[in-house]
Order: sequence, then structure tokens, then C-alpha cells
Amino acid sequence: MVEVLKRLTEARGVAGNEDEVREIILELAAQTGAEVSVDRMGNVIARKPGLKTGKKVMLAAHMDEVGFIISYITDSGMLKFHTVGGIDQRLLLSKRVRIGKKGIPGVMGVKAIHLQEKDERNKVIDQKQMVIDIGVHSKEEAQKLVELGDYACFDSNLVVFGDNKVKAKALDDRVGCAVLLELLKDTYDFDLIACFTVQEEIGSRGGEVAAWHLKPDMGIVLEGTACADIPDVPEHMHITKMGRGPAISYMDRSSIADPELFRQMVKTAREHSIPYQLKENIAGGNDAGVIHKSRSGVPTVVVSVPCRYIHSPSSMMDLNDFNNTIRLMKEFLKGCESR
Amino acid sequence: MKELLANLTGVYGPSGKEDSIRSAIEKEIKDHVDEIRTDTMGNLIAVKKSTLSGDKPPVRVMTAAHMDQIGLIITNIDENGFLRFSNIGGVSPFNVINRRVVFENGITGTVSYETELENMKDLKLNKMYIDIGAANREEAEKQVSIGDAAVYYAPMAAAGNRYFGCAMDDRAGCAVLVQAIKTIKDSPNELIFVFTVQEEVGLRGAKTSAYSVNPAMAISLDVTLTGDTPKSRPMAVRLGAGPAVKIKDSSLICHPRVKNLMIDRAEEAGIPYQLEVLEAGGTDSGSIHLSREGVPSGVISIPCRYIHSAREMVDKNDLENAVKLLNSILENEIVL
Repeated sequence: MVEVLKRLTEARGVAGNEDEVREIILELAAQTGAEVSVDRMGNVIARKPGLKTGKKVMLAAHMDEVGFIISYITDSGMLKFHTVGGIDQRLLLSKRVRIGKKGIPGVMGVKAIHLQEKDERNKVIDQKQMVIDIGVHSKEEAQKLVELGDYACFDSNLVVFGDNKVKAKALDDRVGCAVLLELLKDTYDFDLIACFTVQEEIGSRGGEVAAWHLKPDMGIVLEGTACADIPDVPEHMHITKMGRGPAISYMDRSSIADPELFRQMVKTAREHSIPYQLKENIAGGNDAGVIHKSRSGVPTVVVSVPCRYIHSPSSMMDLNDFNNTIRLMKEFLKGCESR
Repeated sequence: MKELLANLTGVYGPSGKEDSIRSAIEKEIKDHVDEIRTDTMGNLIAVKKSTLSGDKPPVRVMTAAHMDQIGLIITNIDENGFLRFSNIGGVSPFNVINRRVVFENGITGTVSYETELENMKDLKLNKMYIDIGAANREEAEKQVSIGDAAVYYAPMAAAGNRYFGCAMDDRAGCAVLVQAIKTIKDSPNELIFVFTVQEEVGLRGAKTSAYSVNPAMAISLDVTLTGDTPKSRPMAVRLGAGPAVKIKDSSLICHPRVKNLMIDRAEEAGIPYQLEVLEAGGTDSGSIHLSREGVPSGVISIPCRYIHSAREMVDKNDLENAVKLLNSILENEIVL
């Protein structure tokens, strides 16, 4: 399982440029025996036809991650860039990135501490002042390696450490993708449609299109969600706590959970003694925002794996939470058959 | 109207938890419509059939008012039994200080804030809490749970023609719609009345109901701000000067034909009206007009002071004239 997470998180897939991660998902989804296709937006649709009913349950996890796009090449061969999706400016300095199809390595540079004025040292350096340095010294040389519009992605390997924890980039939402791939291994009474969406980080654009053409009867979104259980954050703003199990959302900024699905999800966790938590703050949105409003409405709920340091190259997750999310979802889907 | 409004504003119904208010409205209208149903998201959809017979299909008009109200949702319960909360819709910290709030099960509490705060400008909802009088977490958890939501506890009061209360946004619109349903004459148009959910969190119920209703034209009813209080931001809407025909807000530019239809009917029937441009804010028509291939849409606004506070204020005459205006639009043949 860690192998799958490693492949998924190390693959590059900034919103709008999900090719590399899509290839891996296509391969892994096909291995489960699912009917696999790619829609016009680039969403991967993996379908397991139901044994009994024609009811369609859409599971969604987004393939894309936050990153950068190259917007200008300076005369000295340095790359100016813009962020794609929500990235904290403070974490960019000295980060390694990979650029374009070929994965050209680069580092994010700014003048060294020796050259900074006193007041500069106390300020967050604006991304506009930063460049990506790919180790060349002319525009011409840079242009041989990189084109405007190329995407850059954090370069970060998955590491297992501590007490069953992993560090990786893009856990939001490759962890959801990994959960979906696991759920696809089973067959259910109803049609299971696992949808690996594109462009969630810039406004749930893939999810909106997918929900429209899939016309599901029910939607469940699997996410990697923020977890702020760290010192200096008051307890009531932790959102989730690491190691306490999957987080079930009653509400976030993009949707209010369908009350019945929310109840059933909590009930399933309780009945099977699977640890779970309710999100203890209202923050962020996800594909549920567009799925639940598709056509005449789709009952939808969100289940998330808590991830610390989300949207950074070193996000962190507890493998127990990941495994418990899979357990909860399996039991819930089994339960769907009798409902 | 007064009794109806007092009744509707007193029913619990924050976004996402509209069961009680839906039942209350359903009870009011069910004997006056031909069909009634609740959709997936919880929108209440009532139909009055057209009187037209023959081959020509009637014009299907959707009229919408949102049932939901703003609220506070519990996100955390601390060891001393205080409830931390987040907002459902546009909740200003200043509007909720020391206010009494009520949960669906009738439990009430008082909202307060961390008093170590030095500058009130820094007051944010995450520095506030609800005190339900519980001594500790266990006691609190017996009464409420994370995910439960509270609304203002603020029974309606009247002062002459003015009504004060919470949730005028948009129970005032609901009351107008209910009254129109009860009083409207037969219509050549197919009338679909929708009491929507989750408007306050992003015009969500209107989006899905507009899709299923698939109307040829839409009107929503909602409250709007006024510019008639001391040193208020300039706005040419006054309380008591009649329902406002919306020109635009930040969610839509009203379709000129719908806007003109409203003005024409008001002029013909001698109903006082005013024109409204709302700088910030939106309403259900913002969602409806973008449904499918687009729906010509407009809004009849009810002037309202102190919106999103526990003491929103509307005028009786505005409400009554809004009913008249709506009926005169819906009762007559509509040519788009």
C-alpha cells in the first residue's frame, strides 16, 4: 500500500497538467478489473458495474496538486513563475522543483541572507521576487529546456518515519486516489464509479464536468484535509487531529453534507468500531461543492484523511488514518447495498 | 401578513437544516396548490397549473424565496462546556455579541467572546463562543453535538407598520410568496413556487431546483439593503417606499424584459415601487439565470434594515405591495 502511495505522491500532477499521475492511475485502476476511461477534461473514470442495481455511486478524489507555472524567462536564464492553487509564500524559499515534461530540476532562489537589508530579513519574500534557477546562464540555454507555460512541481520523495507516519508532497489528494484504487478492488451491488478528477485546486473544475456526465445517485468525496493539531494553534482550530481516524464533514465552505449520508457514515464507523472524527472547524472546500449541486442535486458527503502541512512539499499523514479510511469506506459501501 | 410573518420568522431553519421551516410553509400552502414536492436538496416545490387548454404550452414561471437563515454551527466543545462555532452564511461577530441563540432541540445559549482581546476590531468568530450554561464538556454534550447549528432567538415585534425580527431575510420573501399563493387568481401561466434551501451559503438550492423546474422565466423574492438610516452608505432604496425592482447586484444583472415587465405591471396597477442597485450581495436569481441555457430572471426585493442581525426591520406596506406586484405579474399572460 505504501508503494502505491509512493508512486502516486511522487508523480507530478499540478492542476491542468495531470498526465503523469493519470498514467499511473490508469494502470492501477485497470489492474482492479474496472472499466477505465478518460473524459474530455482529463478526469479518469473507473467503473465497476453493479451486480444487482443500476444505482450509481460516484466516488471522487482529485489527482491534481498545487504547484507553479513558468511565466517568464530572464536574460540570465532564470525562470519567473506563478502559483497554481493555494500555496503559502513563506514555504517557497530554497525548495526543489521539477519542471515540464522532462522534469528538469530547479531550485527556488532569492538573494542570500548576507545580501539582505535588516528589514528585508523580517519580511516574507514575495513570490514575484523569486526565481527558479535551473543552473543555466542564458535565456537561450534555458529555452532549450523550458517553455513558457510549463508546470513546475515540488520535488519531494515519500518517506516513512516515526510512528507509522509518512511524509510526502501531494497527499492532498493522492491519498484519496489511493483509497479509491483500493475500493475498486471489490465489486458491489450498485455501479461504483471512481472518478479521479482534474483541476480541483483551482476551483473543482474537473469534478463539475464529471458529475454532469456521470449523473450519479450519490456522491462521496475522499480528501486529504488540513490538520492543525500543532503547538500555538488553539484546540478549537485544529480542524482535525492526526491519528484519530478519518474525518467526516458535516459542513465545509463548499457544501453541507447530506444529513442522511452523514448520519449513516458516523453510524457505520460506530458500529464497526472504526476510529473517526468530526472536522472541528469549517475551512476549505472540495469537489463535493460541485457534485452536490450537479443537475437537480446529488446527496453527497466528504470523508478525509487528516494531513499536516498540507499544500507543502512535506505534508504528513498517519498510515493508521489512511487504513481506517479504507475500512470505513468499505463498510459504508457494503452497507449501501442494504439501503 | 403580520401573523404569517411572526410565525415564519419564529421557525428554526439555518442553511442545511430546513426541515422545520419547510414543514411550516408546506402546511400553509398545501391546500392552495395543485402539486407539492420536496427535492433531493430539500427545496419545497409547489405547482399551480395553467388554466390554458389547447396545444399552446403555458409559460412556465419559477418564483423563488429562500427558506434558510444564517446561523452558527458548533465546531468544538471545550472541557468547560463552552461551544466554539463557525458561521453559516454572513455572520458578523458584532451582530452576535451577547445575543441569545437557539438550537433545533430548543436549547438556548448566549454568545460571547474572549475578553483578553484588546482591540474590538480584531474580533473574529474564532475568538467567540456560545455559553449554554453547561458546567463541563459532558454536560454540554448531553444537550448539543458538534455540527449542530443555532439561530437567533428573537421573536418578532411590531411598531406600527414596521416589523422587527430575525430571519426577515428571507422569511419576508417566503411570507410574500405564501400570501401570493393564497390570493392569486387563475393564471394562464404554469406557476412553480420554490422555497429554496442553502441560499445563505451560496445560492445552492436555487441551482438544483432551477435545473429540475426548467423555467422559461424566473423571479426571486428576497430582502435588500436600504440607504435611509443616519449616515448610511448611499443607496436609493427606502423602507416603506414600495417593493424594489432589482436592476443588479453582485450575483446577476436582471434580464431587461423581466425588469421591464415588473415596472410595467407596477405602473399599470398603481403599485408603488422603487429601483434597486445593490453593490454587494446576491440572491437566488444569481443561480437561476445561469441554469441550463440561461433563464431570463429578475428579483422583487423587500427593503430591510439591519440585515443579518437579530433585529431586521421590514415595512408592512412593502410586503403587501410586493404581493400585489407579484400577483399582477403572475396572473397575466407573459410574453417573453
